[in-house]
Amino acid sequence: MTGQYTVELGAGADAAADRIGGKGVGLLALARTGSSVPPGFVVTVDGFEALLAAPDLRRGIAEVLGKLDPFDPAGMENSSSEIRRLVCGSPMPFPVAEAVADAYGTLCAGAGHDVPVAVRSSATAEDLPDASFAGQHDTLLWVIGTRAVLDAVQRCWSSLWTARALGYRAAQGVPEAGAAMAVIVQQMVDARTAGVAMTVNPSDGDPSKIVIEACWGLGEPLLSGEMNPDHYVVDKVLLSPVRTRVAAKPRELVAAPDKRSLLRRPIDGDRLYAPCLNPDEVVKIARLAKEAERQYGRPLEIEWAVARDSAASESLQVLQCRAETVWSKRSQRSPVVPPESGAAGIANTLLGL
Amino acid sequence: MPPTVRTAFPSPHELPEPPGAEGWQRLYPYHLLFQRDRREEDESAFWFCDSQHWPSVIKPFEATAVEFSVKGMGQFNTRYFVTPTAYGMDRRIHQGYCYLSPVAVPAHEVQARVPEFLQRAGHYFEHWQELLANWKHKVVGTIRELEAIRFTPLPDVQPFEEVEAGLGLDPSDTLLAGYDRLIALCHRNWQYHFEFLNLGYAAYLDFFTACKRWFPDMPDLGIAKMVQGVDLELFRPEEELRKLAELAVELGVDDVLIGPEPGPRTLEELGASPDGRVWTEAWRAARDPWFNFTSGTGFYSSDVYWRDDPSVPLHYIRDYVQRLRKGEPIDRNLAGLVAERERISAEYAALLEPSEYDVFEAKLRLARQAYPYVENHNFYIEHWTMGVFWRQARELSRLLWADGFWPAEDDMFYLTRDEVREALFDHVNGWATGRRPAGRTHWPLEVERRRRIMDALARRPPEPALGNLPESVTEPLSVMLWGITPERIRSWLDGYADGDLVGVPASPGLAVGTARIVRGPEDLPFVREGEVIVAPVTAPSWGPVFAKARAVVTDIGGVMSHAAIVCREYSLPAVTGTGTASTLITTGQRLRVDGGAGTVTVLDPRTRQTSEVGRSPS
Repeated sequence: MTGQYTVELGAGADAAADRIGGKGVGLLALARTGSSVPPGFVVTVDGFEALLAAPDLRRGIAEVLGKLDPFDPAGMENSSSEIRRLVCGSPMPFPVAEAVADAYGTLCAGAGHDVPVAVRSSATAEDLPDASFAGQHDTLLWVIGTRAVLDAVQRCWSSLWTARALGYRAAQGVPEAGAAMAVIVQQMVDARTAGVAMTVNPSDGDPSKIVIEACWGLGEPLLSGEMNPDHYVVDKVLLSPVRTRVAAKPRELVAAPDKRSLLRRPIDGDRLYAPCLNPDEVVKIARLAKEAERQYGRPLEIEWAVARDSAASESLQVLQCRAETVWSKRSQRSPVVPPESGAAGIANTLLGL
Repeated sequence: MPPTVRTAFPSPHELPEPPGAEGWQRLYPYHLLFQRDRREEDESAFWFCDSQHWPSVIKPFEATAVEFSVKGMGQFNTRYFVTPTAYGMDRRIHQGYCYLSPVAVPAHEVQARVPEFLQRAGHYFEHWQELLANWKHKVVGTIRELEAIRFTPLPDVQPFEEVEAGLGLDPSDTLLAGYDRLIALCHRNWQYHFEFLNLGYAAYLDFFTACKRWFPDMPDLGIAKMVQGVDLELFRPEEELRKLAELAVELGVDDVLIGPEPGPRTLEELGASPDGRVWTEAWRAARDPWFNFTSGTGFYSSDVYWRDDPSVPLHYIRDYVQRLRKGEPIDRNLAGLVAERERISAEYAALLEPSEYDVFEAKLRLARQAYPYVENHNFYIEHWTMGVFWRQARELSRLLWADGFWPAEDDMFYLTRDEVREALFDHVNGWATGRRPAGRTHWPLEVERRRRIMDALARRPPEPALGNLPESVTEPLSVMLWGITPERIRSWLDGYADGDLVGVPASPGLAVGTARIVRGPEDLPFVREGEVIVAPVTAPSWGPVFAKARAVVTDIGGVMSHAAIVCREYSLPAVTGTGTASTLITTGQRLRVDGGAGTVTVLDPRTRQTSEVGRSPS
């Protein structure tokens, strides 16, 4: 179901980054690669702009921004709270709310019950290789029911003005006027194991490796750096694992038994020290990351999850995909191999042994 | 007595000899032994057991191949190409096994050798193809000379024609000269053996090292796959077998070939029908030279060459025919291998900065230019030259056996090559003198004594290494062929780590299967479908058996060792260079072989060797 305010995440859909934000574009592109992406939709920037069309709200925000002092952290926090309160308190325009409710309804109709969704911000300037905005805006997990989804969307919109985002825009000279926000609503995967895959080795920029980090349950504790993940290094060309480091993983974030909420629970017994991916899964994730990088034409970071109970063929899902921003920014690596070849190359090599 | 040097590996001087092997030292030339008067020097060096080429005990005459091959390797590094960092290898035979020690160039001489090396190696790389064509000419010429040697029994009296012509010489002249010629020609082709080999490995090492810098932790396998040739002469003998199997099916004579005991009778039977004769014609055409091919390493007088025992290739042909009749493909997927090689090369190249691309290309090109030699020379030297050499030597042994020198036809190999020269003179002298030669009373007892010593030595597997840990290894063959690196040596010292044996990840894939220890080609017939071959070393000619195996594990060998290359050809998981797998694992144990990680896990470590069910090739 695609219209002015929502765009369905599906292989056939297309929309510009200025309507659905960087993450939204990434997910659409992923869906086109044939990767298994959980169903969902994007609330377009139009929805956000419809909300901001309310003159009172605009005025309120402008007033707070006018007094903003980027060098006063406590003041920034206060301004952020003030704006977010205004945004969340402003009623969502009916056509937008209707579109979101319809889209969520369609998602649930497919499943036969209210499905848990992740609601994430997708800023129009976020995730570009040159502006590392990632993590500045809100993500809400395991949201269930139409009312809760609508609230979550609005909260995501308001997270355009987190203190971090305000500070970042001020420091980078990004004008406040152009800032806009789309929101992704995506069915959640009840993950047995989840994590990230990077298509360059983040420790040395080696582009021939895919590095996978993984934890039991949902990937959020890993993404927020709360825990040590398992670490797998895979050769990108041969798709063969070259190194595996298994961490002790004492906790996991999983769906509660009634599937109505999430809970954090301790891990004991064998799973504490067991690798949370088997070798086949490692290769499968690496293959997926390699293919996605090839289609995007640039290094990527991918969030993925292995579903707890679905058929093996569809158990690996891609949740997110964004351009790698650290090594991509570097200028050319300094040469590590002397330029001589032939006998001179050999002599160099022998002298270096 | 010098103070005992504390070593990481056992000192050769402190290893007790196996019971019954006392006096083994006198079976080898003095310079091949660890001697008391150079004990300190020997103990401070690092020696690894070259079980890749000498997996079993070496008979005195066979030490000739140790001497010639190792010397040949050294002369090209040290004196011919003036390799900057590496001289040759020192070598010893200790308790029947061959140990090698890479000799580094003293640091202060290294720089002066660089310009010499650039000029000499540069010349070879630049003129590689024409020099190689000349090489083939020289080597085949030597083989033809070897083939022309005749060891004819001495006549009762010389023919009158010789007297009439005023010859004035006896046939011992030819006999003695023939023996000297045999030895000299063998020495000659062992020199040629290394004319291109050291450079081939050096070019490979250069590309290998560069790849490891560009892509840290890149699997060795990826590098090997980029360099590896596919349509190699070394695989031609096997190719001929496949063609013969296909021809048999085409001609409808395959029934004869799947009979119970393929052998010379099979060929006779085929010769009885017109279609069969078409096939035996093709057989003869393939035989010379391609069946000068052994399942052994070529370093043993007992290595069986297809040329000498047709039952060996006929067994392989039977296996192929049976697979064809089941509708299974028997061709190697050469196009697939080439496509994979090009894909991998292009993908790695695309990961480089544009400025690095030219260096990558140049180094890869050189490695690929040099690499086919690294495989193909095997056919010309280990297989063809040595096949002829051993055949001729056996002929001479039979001649002296007929004169009562030893109990069995092939017992001459219990003598060193200089002792054979003495025995031969004893023989011609006895003939000239008209009295029985001393050898008839001297050698039979001595040969029996030596046989008992060799048997005693063979009962104990060799130590993987002796002496000290090396600081670095700077010799290209040591690194690329034997897989000798400081890390690997340390892993040998550790032995089992977490129940896993660690080696070189030589051919990717995961397999679980039952171990079959294969100490030499004589064990090959015991290998059953789906077993994991565990061997001190494998030879490329074991190919047809690899088709039955599920995985291969060896003690010695790098990612370019013979086992590794053949396993990749057959898409079999392989772990090489484990140091001790063949001594720690027993036949019947369940193994998990991870060819990508280079680990071998014994799944039931407490299993003891079950009573060996020997099975003759049937």
